[in-house]
Amino acid sequence: MSALSNSNWDRRNVLRAAMGLAAAGGLAACGGNNGRGGGSGSGTNLTQYFHAYGEAGTEQAIKKYAKAYDKANVTTQWITSADFESKLFATLLTDNAPDLFEFHPQIQMVKSGQVADLTDILNPVKDDFNPADIQSHTVDGKIYGVRMIDDPQFFFYRKSMLEKAGVDVPTTLDELMEAAAKLTTGKVKGLYVGNDLHSVNDTLIWSAGAQHLNEKNEIAYHTDGVVEGLKKMRKLFTSGDLLLGAPTESWDPSSFNQGLCAIQFCGMWAMPAIQDALGDDWGVFPFPKVTDSGKQSVYNGGWSMFVNAKGKNVEAAKEYVKWLWIDQKEYQEEWATSFGFHIPPRTSIAEKATKLKSGNAAEGVRLFNEFGHFDNIGWTQAMRTAFEDVFANCVRKNMNPEAALDKCDAAVNRELKKLFG
Amino acid sequence: MSTTKTRDVARPAPAKASSAKPRRGLRGSPTFNFWLFTGPFLIGLAIFVYAPILWSLWLSFFEARFTVTPDKFVGFENYKYMLTNDDFVGSLGTFTLFAAFIVPTTWALSLGLALLVNRLRFMRAFFRSVFFLPTACSYVAASLIWKMSIFSGVRFGLMNTILSWFGIENIAWLADPNPPWYWLVIVTARLWLQAGFYMILFIAALQNIPGELYEAAAIDGAKPGWQTFWYITLPQLRATSTAVILLLLVAAYQAFDEFFNLLSKTTWGRPPLVELYYKALGESQDYGSGSAGAVILTVLICAVTLLQGKFMGFGRGEESK
Repeated sequence: MSALSNSNWDRRNVLRAAMGLAAAGGLAACGGNNGRGGGSGSGTNLTQYFHAYGEAGTEQAIKKYAKAYDKANVTTQWITSADFESKLFATLLTDNAPDLFEFHPQIQMVKSGQVADLTDILNPVKDDFNPADIQSHTVDGKIYGVRMIDDPQFFFYRKSMLEKAGVDVPTTLDELMEAAAKLTTGKVKGLYVGNDLHSVNDTLIWSAGAQHLNEKNEIAYHTDGVVEGLKKMRKLFTSGDLLLGAPTESWDPSSFNQGLCAIQFCGMWAMPAIQDALGDDWGVFPFPKVTDSGKQSVYNGGWSMFVNAKGKNVEAAKEYVKWLWIDQKEYQEEWATSFGFHIPPRTSIAEKATKLKSGNAAEGVRLFNEFGHFDNIGWTQAMRTAFEDVFANCVRKNMNPEAALDKCDAAVNRELKKLFG
Repeated sequence: MSTTKTRDVARPAPAKASSAKPRRGLRGSPTFNFWLFTGPFLIGLAIFVYAPILWSLWLSFFEARFTVTPDKFVGFENYKYMLTNDDFVGSLGTFTLFAAFIVPTTWALSLGLALLVNRLRFMRAFFRSVFFLPTACSYVAASLIWKMSIFSGVRFGLMNTILSWFGIENIAWLADPNPPWYWLVIVTARLWLQAGFYMILFIAALQNIPGELYEAAAIDGAKPGWQTFWYITLPQLRATSTAVILLLLVAAYQAFDEFFNLLSKTTWGRPPLVELYYKALGESQDYGSGSAGAVILTVLICAVTLLQGKFMGFGRGEESK
């Protein structure tokens, strides 16, 4: 007879056992969440949020850096890309908000006091940073974030496919449309810019010779050039030459690597994966100019580290940001060039990054320097969403571009009024 | 000679309870037991449901951008904004139509499955499990399977592979709204996920219908099949049907997961919750407008539910028997 069956497990015992287990679980939880395993560190606990990078080894690298820091216990939350923004914004309203997090410079975070002023840690090294990166993080002379990586985004093309179809690298949107038509065959589509096309929203504006907002923070995207560009994008969308419904979005090079398309819009981070899959049979070019008054453009995206101004350990978090993203140049170079390719925002590191000095990587850096546009800190998430609706409504759903832009204007003006009065 | 022997039959011992003194204190009290068992649930409900609803109501009268503890009272400004926002109002209209389609479809499918499974003589448990299993599947997981595997727009998507056998070109099921194939994807996913659960409710109701009713009907000459179903089964399922339709209606208006994951950032096929998420909550962090939209949606769901209850006689199931 088993010992268990002989036991007198009445409801009191069951209740006591359950309470004991709950208490033990609680105690265990108290000691667990430091991400270090050894229990070392000063006793200060910091939490950092990262979106899930697609390149293998990135999560391990971030955790390795955190573990190497000996003045605080740094825990990393690695959040699925699609959920990152919503989880970050929701958590920032609570006591469980991270002490530091990566995101893009946006003025509403400054105005609402969500991000801490990092001017004091950046000022001594400001001149070593890309000036545009500093400017895109500055409000009223204060710098609110430290750029970790710059991510230029442009078109990747298969050299052999273009040669076979007798197509030159496009420099205008019309040429891109013609190329897409010539490159479309039974199994391969000419062009892929993502299923929702949102990855080219910004470049379309710049390539049409416009800006998102002007210096007075007024609408500057509603121009004839942009309207023309939207009409052309609609034509492209309905041409049958665009890859639609791909299993992965445009930030992932799988569609290009698997031969589903001849040209794909993607970011420089994808270069190592593309090199592995296609060897040297590929090149890059910027988003072509939309009209004669426009100019080819590249979106210089990227990620920056911010400190939660309402966190419990603001000073400790700033210290960690300084240690990792300002002092630890070796880690910064590794982070920028050992997984996907990114451009280090620090000039001294970028100059030494040998992996970016040859081949398509060097070409990517050239496009970044020659055609690149950085984030406008006044262009907020709500405005971004409003302009995404323009693409959804007029390019994919055939709404009149003027009407779609008018609708966007109303939403953007509402935001501008609330932010700037 | 027979003798009648009176046996000494021991009188039954008095029930222990009658000799014992009544328990003192709360433990014997039915009221105490009621609160003991429902209390934790009610506390959870108050903290996680009612408090957020009240907070949301409060927020809807404030300008609450990037904060949930605002101090700028704006009256009905947020309501005005949401009710004049054609995307939000449009989503309410779209989803009234969607509910008008998906509710009867799911009702009919789950009832049909219940009737089929209930008639089975062999492997009934197996088929019941097969149809019920999708209920255990996450809406997100199912959406991703639908999006990336079955209705992927490329040549190796399951549906496109099948279509290619008949010489039909690839279809971008979700990326192109013209024609609106995305509804086919959404409806099939929703039916697959939901029908099994409501089937179980109908099976339970079917098993509660007294067999005598069918026997009496047979004696009276009713033909088995459609006639029996129409005059006996369906009326007997009225209470369950009403409850199922109510649940389906609420679920239709509260749809979020599969739409969010299947359609991503489109401006079509957005249920009110997704519209609220993009327009006012989430990334935009306009919790005042979002809360106003949530209150409007709640009022709409309540109104539709009450109307449906009045129309179908919710709660009158017993009297109707």
